[in-house]
Formats: sequence, C-alpha cells, structure tokens
Amino acid sequence: MTSLDRRESLVRAVLLLAAFSAVSVLAVITVFIFVEGTPIMFRRGVGQFLFGQDWFPGEGRFGLLPMIIGSVQVTLGALLIGVPFALACAVFLTEFSSPRLRRILKPVIELLAGIPSVVYGFIGVIVLVPFIRDNLGGPGFSVLTASIVLGIMILPTVISISIDALQALPPSYREGALAMGATRWQTVRMVLLPSARSGIVASIILGMGRAVGETMAVIMIAGNAASIPRSPLEPVRTLTSNIALEMSYASGEHREALFATGVILFIIIMVLNTVANLSSSRRGRERKG
Amino acid sequence: MRFDSTEAAGGLQLAALPALLAAAAVLLLSACSRGASSGELTVAGSTSIQPFCDRWAEVYMEDHAGCAVNVQGGGSSAGIQAARSGAAHIGMSSRPLKPEEEDLVEIVVARDGLAIIVHPENVLESLSLQEVRAVFEGSVRSWSVLGGPAKPVHVITREEGSGTRGAFQELVMGDSRIFRGAIVQDSNGTVREIVAGDPNAVGYISLGLVDDRVRALKLDGVEATEESIESGAYPLVRPFLFVAREAPRDRAGNFLDFVLSEEGQALIKKEGLIPVRRRTP
Repeated sequence: MTSLDRRESLVRAVLLLAAFSAVSVLAVITVFIFVEGTPIMFRRGVGQFLFGQDWFPGEGRFGLLPMIIGSVQVTLGALLIGVPFALACAVFLTEFSSPRLRRILKPVIELLAGIPSVVYGFIGVIVLVPFIRDNLGGPGFSVLTASIVLGIMILPTVISISIDALQALPPSYREGALAMGATRWQTVRMVLLPSARSGIVASIILGMGRAVGETMAVIMIAGNAASIPRSPLEPVRTLTSNIALEMSYASGEHREALFATGVILFIIIMVLNTVANLSSSRRGRERKG
Repeated sequence: MRFDSTEAAGGLQLAALPALLAAAAVLLLSACSRGASSGELTVAGSTSIQPFCDRWAEVYMEDHAGCAVNVQGGGSSAGIQAARSGAAHIGMSSRPLKPEEEDLVEIVVARDGLAIIVHPENVLESLSLQEVRAVFEGSVRSWSVLGGPAKPVHVITREEGSGTRGAFQELVMGDSRIFRGAIVQDSNGTVREIVAGDPNAVGYISLGLVDDRVRALKLDGVEATEESIESGAYPLVRPFLFVAREAPRDRAGNFLDFVLSEEGQALIKKEGLIPVRRRTP
C-alpha cells in the first residue's frame, strides 16, 4: 500500500465519521423525543391528545386539537398569502425582468431569508397587530396576523426554489412556444408553469415546512390562546408555540405532554418532507424521461 | 423547613457584632478570592423576581469585587429544579412551594402585589374581585357589563406554569378557570406592552412593574399601594422566595444577608416591591 493510498483511506474514514455523526445526532434527537413523548400519549390515550379540546396541563388535561388546528390554519393562511406573491415574483424574475435587474433582485430576496424571525415578529407586533386591531377589530393578535407574517417569511424559500425550477427547464420549451406565436404570458401559463410544476410544488412544501416550524414570530403575534379560533381575527396557538411557551415552567406530566406535542409536530414535518422529496424525485425522472 | 428571614436578622443583631463582621469578612475573602470560578454565584428562576434580583446583584457586586452574581431567568419551576439539582446556588420562585418541593429551604425575600392593569384611557376605576374573576372566566365579554363602553374585553393572561399566573389563579380565580380564549403571553413585559397598546385589554402583572403606560385598577375601591398591601386591605399579594437545598452559607449566605439587609430591602422598595422586614404580624 503506498502512502497515497493510506492517506486516501484516512480521508475516507474521517469523512465517513463526519457523515455518521451528523446522521446520528438526528437519530438521537428523534429517539429522545419519542422516548420522552410517547409514554404519556399511550398512558392518557392517543385520542385525548389528538382530539381533546382542553389544554389544562395543571389538571392533567392535554387536548392538542386546538394547537393542531391552529398550526394548520396559520400554515394554510401563510400559503394563501405568500404563494401567489412568490410565484409572481419567480415568473417575473425568470421570464420578464432584464438579467441586470434579476442580478440585483435575487440576492435581495435571498437576504430576506437571513432576517431572524424575531425581527419579523417584532415588526408584526409593532405595525401589523395595531393595524389589524384598529381596522378589522379583534385583539389584533390573530390567525390573520400570523398568516401575513408567515406568508412573508416563506417568500424567499418559495421564490428561490421556483426560480431554480423555471430556469432548469430546457430553453427549447420557451423558444418553441414563442416561435409558435404564443405571447410571453401564454408561454408562462401554458408551457413553463405546467412543466415546472413538480419543482414549484416542492418549493411550496418546503415553504409550508418553514411555516409549520416557525416559533418565535408566531408566539409574538398569534396571541397563543389554546382554543380553536372561530374567525381569522381570533387568537390562535400553534404546536411549536405550545412547546416554546410552556417549556420553561413545565415539569412532570406537563413536560412529557410538551414532548408529545413535539412527537406530533415531528410526524407532520416528516410527512411534509417525504412529500417534498417524492415530488422532487419525480421531477428528476421527468427531466430524464 | 422554613427559614424565617425576620428571625435570622434578629439573631444577627443579638450576636456580638464585631466578631460577626470579622467572620463575615473572612468568609467573604475566602469565598471571593479563590479565583473567578469559585467567586461565582448563580441565582436562577422566576422572571418576576429576576429584574429585582438583577438590581440586588448589581449593587452587591459593587461592594464585593471579585464575587460575580449571575442572575438567570427561566421561571419559578425551573428555578426550583435548578436549586434542587445544584445547577443554581439559589432558586427564585414567585409561587409557594408545592408539597413535593417542601424539602427545600425557602426564604421570603420580598412580597409583591398583583396589579390588574388596563389601558390608561379605560374609564373604569375599580372592580370587585368577583368582577375580575368573571372577566378572566370569560363570562364578561363586553366592557358595558362593567359600566364601560360597548367594546369587547380583550383578556391577556400568562402561560400555564408561570408563577404570576399561579398566584393569580390562587388569589383571584380559586376553583374557576381562566377561559381558553384569553391571549397568552410569556412575560410580564409583553402583557404590559399589549395592555399599553390596546384600549380594550385587561391583564395582570407584578405591581412593581406597573408604569405610566398602563393603569392599575382598584380592587373593591382599594388602590394597590404599599400601605394597603401591608394593612391587608389589598388582597392580591404573593411572596417572592429564594429556595435552596440547605440554608444558604458562604457566598450564597452573604448574598442573602445583603438581600435581607436594610440596604437590600430599600433597593426593591424603590422599585415597587414590598420589603419583608416590616412585615406586620
């Protein structure tokens, strides 16, 4: 064995170790959450956790339904508000803007992803909450407020991945459509968007993952009432805020119930990620085929 | 086991003062001259007590250079846990100890009133305890029921497990629950911030943290002041506790002595708390 070979195998071993340690950290976290969170779910009944409406940890009542519904509402709201803007932005930057403008705008949008979420939350509290309270009614801390702020927060994710999906299309699609006399908008609507669909869906699902997982900004602006909101102007609590809000004081069963919240959140996010992976691998196959 | 601050202070006065001072000086030197790591004192727990403890620590460290008092938040339960596990020398709790926590030593270091706060423009001056309970139960949803304008009541509460919420639950709510639709915030500061911005909001915070951006309601006509709390006329009072595994000695004991000293108590009185030395029997 030459010294070069030995060095090669050393490098290989070091890299292998690094790869495994990253994966094992994830595995440890997963095992930990499930070990801490599942016993109480089975002891108290999974039904109570999933469908119970009463969250009174002091009395041993751990209904997570308001938080599950809250997370779903806020996330859907964020998608409803964020996705149309994001797609419009991605289409404009790839198809309509000059390359020079794109070179300026794209990094700026990606910078948006680097703003800490507490800043979004703070702006929400200072600007959006009073605006909604004074103009639409309710306390201002609401599903709507959280949806708007999260809608803005998912923009960079959805925009940059959609841009990648649109730019990855073969130029012949664009050229062919234009050559056949389609206008630019017709090209976008009938050829480009449908062809890039799976990439765009993946971008939306990743944005959704960000919205489901966001904690700090949501705690600051959603009002955190553990009840099912009957209107978009009522306060809401998400699964993530439930954990972050109460973890510092929780002990005993209360603490276990917060881990159970984590288990449910974990499952939701795993499902989202799997769907995103499936749709992007389908995209890979489509392009090859 | 209860370690009564007034008794301890009395004992101090009885003992030969010069000898004690010398002993304290020796203790202090031995505690604080052993380098940075041994000169550290960690106090952790209730976010209600934290700002006052910060103040104590600040002044204490001015006189005791080399002794670093490290004050951390985290909440009453976390503080009690930290004191038990030894992660902190002293835990701060703004709620009474639960039966299973009674093995720890508790020292009352101050008392605090709970203030029911509203926006300064709110027309109401005073509520009865029953009315406050009804508001937080969610059975009163409009200010008009209480004699105010026909506007919805926005109820702000603290999160489950918070010492302030625990005290409010015990002192005001009794067996009834704070209703689910109440907005939940995780600190005194954010509750105050919301009430300061929303003319229809009502919340409760530590009396010491009331400032001129919000107004504390009278309870049954009694204003929350030091006098009315000491006389017992204002009912919403809770103790601020230091807890530890055993009676604090060395660094922790020194700090505790300072906290309970006239100087220490004067500091928090200035910040709006009720000192313990002048406790009425």
